[in-house]
Amino acid sequence: MQFQYQIEGGNFSRAGFASSEIKKLMKQLNVDLSIVKRTVVATYEAEVNIVAHAYGGTIYVELDEEKIIIKLVDEGPGIPDIEQAMKEGYSTASSTVREMGFGAGMGLPNMKKNADDLKISSEVEKGTTVQITMYFKTEK
Amino acid sequence: MNVQQLIEKLELRVFGGEQGLQNTITGGYVSDLLSDVMGNSDTGQVWLTLQTHKNVMAIASLKDLAAIILVNNHKPDEDTLNQANEEGIPLLGTDMSTFEITGKLYELLK
Repeated sequence: MQFQYQIEGGNFSRAGFASSEIKKLMKQLNVDLSIVKRTVVATYEAEVNIVAHAYGGTIYVELDEEKIIIKLVDEGPGIPDIEQAMKEGYSTASSTVREMGFGAGMGLPNMKKNADDLKISSEVEKGTTVQITMYFKTEK
Repeated sequence: MNVQQLIEKLELRVFGGEQGLQNTITGGYVSDLLSDVMGNSDTGQVWLTLQTHKNVMAIASLKDLAAIILVNNHKPDEDTLNQANEEGIPLLGTDMSTFEITGKLYELLK
């Protein structure tokens, strides 16, 4: 199964819509609730990052019996130093975004904590691609 | 305890989301940083915050929270209220400060 969602940069009133759709989809497919919960956290953070930092983007969802791959591709400023961006507390969010309670430098750490596999690639002044993979059969 | 009982005990104001008044409360979470709530809150908790914009409803919905309490006499934005009604998640309010309401909530739920 494949789905895609368009994300508009700067439009906070729609932030979380795609994550909500992905959550509904996984629940319909009876994916283990603990996996749905982790997917929702990672996906929401990635979605909000597009809204907060990029001009726009697309979320591509690919799903089979074993896993879901959520690929978020944005057009935006990119991340010059991904290692630095991964650090808890580091943020480049605007003051407006921070006043809303976003931009605390917890987004990427939240993604890393919750995703089974997280890949980030970025090109400055072009955009960023985040790929979240969740496996339905827990190894634990 | 459910949300309706909590409202009575703490004399909370109900802004919207009445469909969820029977939601069972499993605990509470207090934070104004949305990623903190996203990462650390859990299903069934009541969320205490001073954030009034619509994104709090998105988080409450994604995390299956029982209700939101706006502290310190904060009022929800109009689209926040609409979203609460749409999602059926109780959006509540109090004149109490975060400190005071958190203490009372803790006493009730511990």
